[in-house]
Amino acid sequence: MPITSYIKAIKDATAEEMRRDESVFTMGEDLRHSLYGASAGLVQEFGEDRVIDTPLSENGFFGAALGASLCGMRPIVETVTSFLWVGMDQMISQAAKMRYMFGGQATLPVTFRIRMFYARGAAAHHSDRNYPLFMNTPGLKILCPSNAYDAKGLLKSAVRDDDVCMMFEDGIAISSTTEVPNNEDIPSGELLVPFGKARVVLEGSDCTIVGIAGGVDHALKAAEQMKAEGVSLEVIDPRTLVPLDMSTILKSVEKTGRLVVVDPAHKVCSAASEIAATVAQEGFWSLQAPIMTVASEQVNIPYSPALEPLVYPTPAKVIDAVKKILT
Amino acid sequence: MELNKSLLLQIYRRMCLIRFFEETVIKIHGSGELIGPAHPYIGEEAVAVGACAALRSDDRIAGNHRSHGHPIAKGGSVKGAMAELLGKSGGFCKGKGGSMHLADFSVGILGESGIVASSVPIATGAALASKLSKKDFVSLVFFGDGASNQGACHESMNMASLWKLPVIFVCENNGYAITMSYKNSVSVEHISDRASAYGMPGVLVDGQDAIAVYEATTEAVERARNGAGPTLIEAMTYRFEDHSLGLEKVNKNPYRSDEEVIEARKRDPLKIHYNALISKTIATREELETISDEASEEIEKALEFARNSPYPEPDELFQDMWATPISEN
Repeated sequence: MPITSYIKAIKDATAEEMRRDESVFTMGEDLRHSLYGASAGLVQEFGEDRVIDTPLSENGFFGAALGASLCGMRPIVETVTSFLWVGMDQMISQAAKMRYMFGGQATLPVTFRIRMFYARGAAAHHSDRNYPLFMNTPGLKILCPSNAYDAKGLLKSAVRDDDVCMMFEDGIAISSTTEVPNNEDIPSGELLVPFGKARVVLEGSDCTIVGIAGGVDHALKAAEQMKAEGVSLEVIDPRTLVPLDMSTILKSVEKTGRLVVVDPAHKVCSAASEIAATVAQEGFWSLQAPIMTVASEQVNIPYSPALEPLVYPTPAKVIDAVKKILT
Repeated sequence: MELNKSLLLQIYRRMCLIRFFEETVIKIHGSGELIGPAHPYIGEEAVAVGACAALRSDDRIAGNHRSHGHPIAKGGSVKGAMAELLGKSGGFCKGKGGSMHLADFSVGILGESGIVASSVPIATGAALASKLSKKDFVSLVFFGDGASNQGACHESMNMASLWKLPVIFVCENNGYAITMSYKNSVSVEHISDRASAYGMPGVLVDGQDAIAVYEATTEAVERARNGAGPTLIEAMTYRFEDHSLGLEKVNKNPYRSDEEVIEARKRDPLKIHYNALISKTIATREELETISDEASEEIEKALEFARNSPYPEPDELFQDMWATPISEN
């Protein structure tokens, strides 16, 4: 299988969906010049009508995407986690709520592709990992691919889904490359990853590690190091947070009796704390030790390279957490 | 502009429907039958009805929390609206939206928003869809003088003009954002003056005169449909009742004088339209009274329908969340 980068996987998924369905178009800031890489070549192939550069007006163009979707279009909106704040009214009051509050009359097939930069000296205003906040808002589907394969497959599924999907493109995962099959090598003819199906990335027996987005990479690195010490970690990637495949996680905890959740978001009310709470309620009798969460510290993101790395989960923090509950 | 009789009578009929609908709402709110907040449209009927009279059935509209007038003006079912207000399953939104979120998608209504100005980008997007899909429907959005100060309005108007989108921005200037006079919150004399900043026509119109609103909107719709882009229409109107029903119980400091309200009520949009039809010998008093009686009867039937409609069942709580269902494991 060819090795593909995360960004190319997203670009390929976008182009394939735009070729397949004329109602698909993409809009966002600096798309035609592919500032963030994932729209390279799209304007040349599809023209300016379907690759729309927007003014710096997130609230305006998020809403415009929603309105267009109500009239039969399927927009793919590109933005950045920290710019979601500027468009929050449309995300919360409209995207999440319109279908329900209009009794199912509204169908909103919009995909938000959200670049999630962090751990690169961008400081407090450009380092947000804010997906838990949207998990807390009913009505939004939340995708968090940790590799190029899932990025392509989830994005293609999102474009075909009739609800608002938010795909968070993790700043650590984005620099990764992985094998992504060519469409002609897939029996169904194309790569589609379903929502709500976690992937067991690594099988193990001593402790379950659930990694969210870039957290999967930390979990795998920890597993590799601990293997040398004779400790076997099972690594699970939920791939989507709404819907969340708790049954795969609970089944794993039943086997290992231990759970560590690795989440790049801030730890209070995070995806990690939600998963921990659910396992505490539904998997309590499988547990042989307390659940640990390894998430970002509850502090704003500092600029200095001496401080910023202290905030986020690391493989070493994952190993520490595992050691605390293995004894 | 040539005006045909059936359209002018339809305008009168829909204004009557809104007026009687709202009078009924006031009654059932007072008796406790209607539980949530409700914002009467009385006094502003000519704006929604005049504007919607210029639209085709496939044209889209969106509006705001003062939401009863817009769907009725667009031809939405009054039964569905009344049942929605009572939280019944026969409502437009199956009882999930209530007074501030009326929406009848079957007649091109994309929904009313409880957050002011929040539906302005939505309507702009509908117009974008029209352009991208090479169709010729237009979209029209109603918002208030208060909403005109929201960034969503500015962002939408800029994009709409930049991309020449077929959207009509209709500002219902009823004088007050709850208690704040627009004279104390808007930096220019008229909200329509702002249109020039976006490179689109701004039109100031008497919002108590349905025919004037219809004519201004017709011109804007023509521009939009011909690819010439958006128009901002500011319709000067007045909210005859308080901001929302029951507000007088908590709001102790008057923000407008009794004299001002009495003076404004003299320019009742229903009377103005009635008198225009009589003085221009377009209709007889008998014809108009029949229309008014029929509208009154239709509202009575709507209330009966709403009262007889069942409440949603508890298992409907989780319905309508997703178009593509998910299974939470």
